Amino acid sequence: MNLHEYQAKALFAEYGMPVPNNIVASTPAEAKAGAEKLSTDKVVVKAQVHAGGRGKAGGVKLVDTPQEAADFAESLLGTQLVTIQTDANGQPINTVLIEETSNIESELYLGMVIDRASQRVVVMASTEGGMDIETVAHDTPEKILKAQINPLVGVMPYQCRELAFGLGLKGKQIKQFGALLTGLVKLFVEKDLALVEINPLVITKEEDLICLDGKINIDGNAMYRHPDLDKLRDKSQEDERELRASEWDLNYVALEGNIGCMVNGAGLAMATMDIIKLKGGQPANFLDVGGGATKERVAEALKIILSDPDVKGILVNIFGGIVRCDLIADGIIAAVGEVGIEVPVVVRLEGTKAKEGRELLDKSGLNLQSASDLGDAAEKIVKTVGAAS
Amino acid sequence: MSVLVNKDTKVLCQGITGSQGTFHSEQAIAYGTKMVGGVTPGKGGSTHLDLPVFNTVRNAVDQTGADASVIYVPAAFCKDSIIEAAESGVSLIVCITEGIPTLDMLEASIAVKQNGVRLIGPNCPGIITPGECKIGIMPGAIHNAGKVGIVSRSGTLTYECVKQTSDLNYGQSTCIGIGGDPIPGTSFIDALALFQDDPQTEAILMVGEIGGTAEEEAAEFIKSNVKKPVAAYIAGVTAPPGKRMGHAGAIISGGKGTADDKFAALGSAGVTITRSPAELGLAVKEATGW
Repeated sequence: MNLHEYQAKALFAEYGMPVPNNIVASTPAEAKAGAEKLSTDKVVVKAQVHAGGRGKAGGVKLVDTPQEAADFAESLLGTQLVTIQTDANGQPINTVLIEETSNIESELYLGMVIDRASQRVVVMASTEGGMDIETVAHDTPEKILKAQINPLVGVMPYQCRELAFGLGLKGKQIKQFGALLTGLVKLFVEKDLALVEINPLVITKEEDLICLDGKINIDGNAMYRHPDLDKLRDKSQEDERELRASEWDLNYVALEGNIGCMVNGAGLAMATMDIIKLKGGQPANFLDVGGGATKERVAEALKIILSDPDVKGILVNIFGGIVRCDLIADGIIAAVGEVGIEVPVVVRLEGTKAKEGRELLDKSGLNLQSASDLGDAAEKIVKTVGAAS
Repeated sequence: MSVLVNKDTKVLCQGITGSQGTFHSEQAIAYGTKMVGGVTPGKGGSTHLDLPVFNTVRNAVDQTGADASVIYVPAAFCKDSIIEAAESGVSLIVCITEGIPTLDMLEASIAVKQNGVRLIGPNCPGIITPGECKIGIMPGAIHNAGKVGIVSRSGTLTYECVKQTSDLNYGQSTCIGIGGDPIPGTSFIDALALFQDDPQTEAILMVGEIGGTAEEEAAEFIKSNVKKPVAAYIAGVTAPPGKRMGHAGAIISGGKGTADDKFAALGSAGVTITRSPAELGLAVKEATGW
């Protein structure tokens, strides 16, 4: 689950990390009042969306007066921000962050993530903070300093010093960095984060460190033990159909093609998309009905697929392990009864109770094409949809 | 021969009295797996599916001499269950449960390694040596004893591999579903090394997915250590990059992890690659000349 910048900064502050004074606003009037309360003459107004690249996309502005803060907030609120990290529709701006300005001397990068290769939490730091950190990582990997954290002992003071000296920090900054990183690691572990990023971490002209931006992603599997963080979820930032799917424990991702897919298992779902493309078609979605598919969930999955007006055909690909193919067949029959399916459907059932499932579909009198294997299924749906459009 | 499990492997089930544990233990018994008991705290001394139930894994191992334990307990309790198994004398743990917090797995995997135990999973279908031992949720009937070793991150794609190699009458030596989580107990490299050393395994079929760099690392390992023919498929060529936050994920992988990167790495290691999931069996045929 992603957090907004203002939510991330509130957590930073809770863990003793330095952040600029700020106020969250959801109306121009609140933005103006907020700017008046802050101590610097100039303030920064930042659109709050779940995506990076906001600055380049016009979502961040330095303003001179509270009225200008209100005007810029008005131009942002209620609009969609399209950045390099969003899709073409962008993300809705419902709140803005009004923040005091800092005297920036230089910009650092600080991030933490779970590294699959080393099976450790890894801290990454760089003197090359700012917008092009991925280019830095790709072209000059030696400029990304790393420290592996043993989860059983946490971050050691020597690791803080090693990174601080590596970043060229001096004097009081060494101690500040140690406190900041210790707080960050504690936050990461206590709140089950999957990713945290401070870009930039600024050194001010007064030689202090301050977290000027903040991104946090929380491990979805751990939400059950963080009811406080669950309240911070902003569903407006999530795709409507993906949200509806998640309420039914379905894993759905909308794509741009016209062949809807319903598959069990994430790997097989990706493979089904791949083979549709390989046979010359375009998948309209990724949909994993999961291991515990019931008749109701299968019916809901088909409804979600059909709510995409671009869908011109559906491929159902089920390899029953835990999932029983006869239950899937029941779900398909129920969904057709409830919503009616106008588009052609190709069904491939294999594995547990596949024979029973195929018999149910045959007896239902529905207009379905059955397929013998994955290749045959993909060819049939691509041919049918291609011929229809 | 086979790897990790065979007809003599004595298997415990943690969470045997739950619905998942009950269903899949029944299936395992029907398949011929040597199930020797189960563990459900508080139900020790009772019997379930004609098997003795114990309060702790240590009791169960002492009484039954179990070699392996399969875990069907809910995600919130898996760290505890995995560490309990690791410290109680079994040599193999198979964790089927999905949805375990990643930080729990970081800690559990340290305990597993410290005890010199092998963990398969979590979030996986399990492991099967056809005709001998089935530990997990895979449909037993599609498997046939044979000569292809299968290793995959995805459950249902493993079944696809099995079906296609069965259709060509190659059969399988052992199939290992290593699971799709970021911190798997067993990696591709571990599985490849086991298959390389197993006389029954004549060829290896591996199926990867986008994300992480496990397939790239496997390619490096194959280049210098695997003499048997290897065929591979990577799922996710068409997966969109999607909405994302920040850069840390991209930085840690150095921009690697796309399906194309993985195909290229495996191809240059001499692996026969296929871009069609309908041609997994054919890729084995091409790799071996059978």
